[in-house]
Amino acid sequence: MAMLLKNARVIDPQVELDCVCDVLVEDGKIAQVGEGIAAEGAEVKDLTGKVLVPGLVDMHVHLREPGYEFKEDIASGTRAAAHGGFTGVCSMPNTDPVADDGAVIEYVKSRAAEVGKCRVYPSGAITHGLKGEIIAEMGDMVAHGAVAFTDDGKGVQDAGMMRRAMDYGKMFGKVFMAHCQDNGLVADGQVNEGVVSTRLGMLGWPAAGEELEIARDIQLCELTGCPLHIQHITTAKGLEMVRKAKESGLPVTCEVTPHHLFLTEDALTDAYETNLKVNPPLRTAADAAALIEGVKDGTVDAIVTDHAPHAAWEKAREFELAPFGMTGLETSLGLVLTNLVEPGIIDLSDMVDLMAVAPRDILGLEPVKIAEGSVADITVFDPSVEWTVAVDDFCSKAHNSGFVGCALKGRATDVFVGGEATLCDGAIVE
Amino acid sequence: MAFEHKHLIDINEYSDTDIMTILETAKTLSEINQRKIKKVPTLKGLTVVNMFNEPSTRTRSSFELAEKRLSCDSLNFGGSSTSSVKGESLIDTVETLNAYKIDMIIVRDKHAGAPRIISEHTPASVVDAGDGKHQHPTQALLDLYTIWEHKHDFNGLKVGIVGDIGHSRVCGSLIPALKIMGAEVTVVGPATLMPACPEVLGADHVTPYLDDVLPEFDVVYMLRIQRERLEGAPFPSLREYHELFGLTKKREHLMRPDAIVCHPGPINRGVEFDSYMADHPERSVILEQVYAGICVRMAVLYLLLGGAE
Repeated sequence: MAMLLKNARVIDPQVELDCVCDVLVEDGKIAQVGEGIAAEGAEVKDLTGKVLVPGLVDMHVHLREPGYEFKEDIASGTRAAAHGGFTGVCSMPNTDPVADDGAVIEYVKSRAAEVGKCRVYPSGAITHGLKGEIIAEMGDMVAHGAVAFTDDGKGVQDAGMMRRAMDYGKMFGKVFMAHCQDNGLVADGQVNEGVVSTRLGMLGWPAAGEELEIARDIQLCELTGCPLHIQHITTAKGLEMVRKAKESGLPVTCEVTPHHLFLTEDALTDAYETNLKVNPPLRTAADAAALIEGVKDGTVDAIVTDHAPHAAWEKAREFELAPFGMTGLETSLGLVLTNLVEPGIIDLSDMVDLMAVAPRDILGLEPVKIAEGSVADITVFDPSVEWTVAVDDFCSKAHNSGFVGCALKGRATDVFVGGEATLCDGAIVE
Repeated sequence: MAFEHKHLIDINEYSDTDIMTILETAKTLSEINQRKIKKVPTLKGLTVVNMFNEPSTRTRSSFELAEKRLSCDSLNFGGSSTSSVKGESLIDTVETLNAYKIDMIIVRDKHAGAPRIISEHTPASVVDAGDGKHQHPTQALLDLYTIWEHKHDFNGLKVGIVGDIGHSRVCGSLIPALKIMGAEVTVVGPATLMPACPEVLGADHVTPYLDDVLPEFDVVYMLRIQRERLEGAPFPSLREYHELFGLTKKREHLMRPDAIVCHPGPINRGVEFDSYMADHPERSVILEQVYAGICVRMAVLYLLLGGAE
């Protein structure tokens, strides 16, 4: 059945669109975009005051299935995604078993098709078991639908190994997404090395531990010609290296998370807030300011969440024993609207670039445009609604957000995946 | 005289007045330890749990003696019964202790921040007996007590701390405590044994050159080289460490005539100092520190458990 989405402010920089108009969706595709569309028999939804954009994609998400369903599963994780305004997510391979062959990729895809509320684009491991020893079966994974390769959570420690993997993997035309962490420098680091590691008496996770591998992987990108995407970049110097690499024409992109943009190490007090334990760690205010500058000047390609759900009991522990990571799918859009768009640092078109266009582009996915013939993956949000982040509002199984209690402005109300509503007036469509 | 604090977890939460109250109370209680019958009924009927989740002999013994001399009922809960060994979470362990109806938990844990977590899950008072590389407030207080006995005034006192500052929970409490009391603190050691930002703890000066600064010190505090924690090899050998950072007879001519030498124990002869300095009759106050530990811990028990009310 056709659906007519009326009177939203429609924004899509890909087709230079920013105006109040109507969008007609038919058979999973966008049939017409324009003012005053009349469609006989179509279901009409009035979106006055709301913003309609190409469906948002979060290219860095831990769905935890298979293996860690007590933290999150594909059903709950994709509901959290829809609730946060996303039409698709790229899942990370650090499951149990690790997504390092076609069977696990196939499992993730089929579970997503069966129980999911958004599209799931699985990434596969670079090395078998994320151990950094043998190249994973990249061809098999690509044949089953893997969109990218990453040893997220660990990084490939040995430069020679990473070089071989990039040289081998480049024939599949998929991006290598690098978790940059040199274990020789990072070891058991818990928080940013500096003021906070000293104050809290914990081992430091130095900025250089990340920057060294960013530098290395940019070199390897140049050596191999394999496209490189730096994951969750956190430091001013790391970002500067990406900026230089881009200027010299290398196929290098990068992403940032809302928590590295909007939180700093100063948030860590001697209450040892384990929800603020993330990898890479929260950095300094100067680093966060540099990241925001990078978002503004386009050095940062994508905003991602690194949604890392954990069970409450895992986080209710000694800081050094608690796992790294915080959730993000259900807060990301509101945080970006509140902290970047509202103060005028970026505009809504930039936001669409960062959260919808660039992620698809980097992952080599078919573009989604608000234009006739495009797949109807659509996100609608109310930019003026004020709300407070609360755990009982999450669709995720996990509550480990660093933003609980935060007052935000702007929130997804409706999401369509292939023309099917997954979120309607803020509620998941079951 | 009411004491405002319920817990002793972070020395930064204590004012100079609070610290002086503890030192003066310790001085008063010290007399008990000089008697033939070293016991008073002050805290009779109160239950204190010594929750030592990592091995400790000296600190636990010192707390136990302090508890016994004030007539607390004390319970040692640790070793093979620790939560980590049996797979129980720290919070669940604390809930178990709460069900025993106890009044204080004294906690030693290898993880920074554990005492704070415990305090959020128990109605009892919590005393940090050392958490990871974070803090060890009663050690700092007994150090202050010893220094006070000798120097009588902290204001402008020059204290040098030598050794493994970066992995030391003693420093995490001692440096802030000295600053609270008005002393000037210099930390000495190779960069591999320094925290990322020593100034965050309150250190006024940082140097790897012991001989340059030794002449200024009223108090020389030698930190223990924890051989068991030297993974990553922060210096080439104990021999070279001793040569560069050891307090030795050879260096004595650089010291003020009235400078005293402290060490938190247990000492490594031939590493932090030679036997001449370790046993120096005028300078070494190491055994006085051990004695001060009993007095200060008695004072902490007394003040936190409301003995002052």
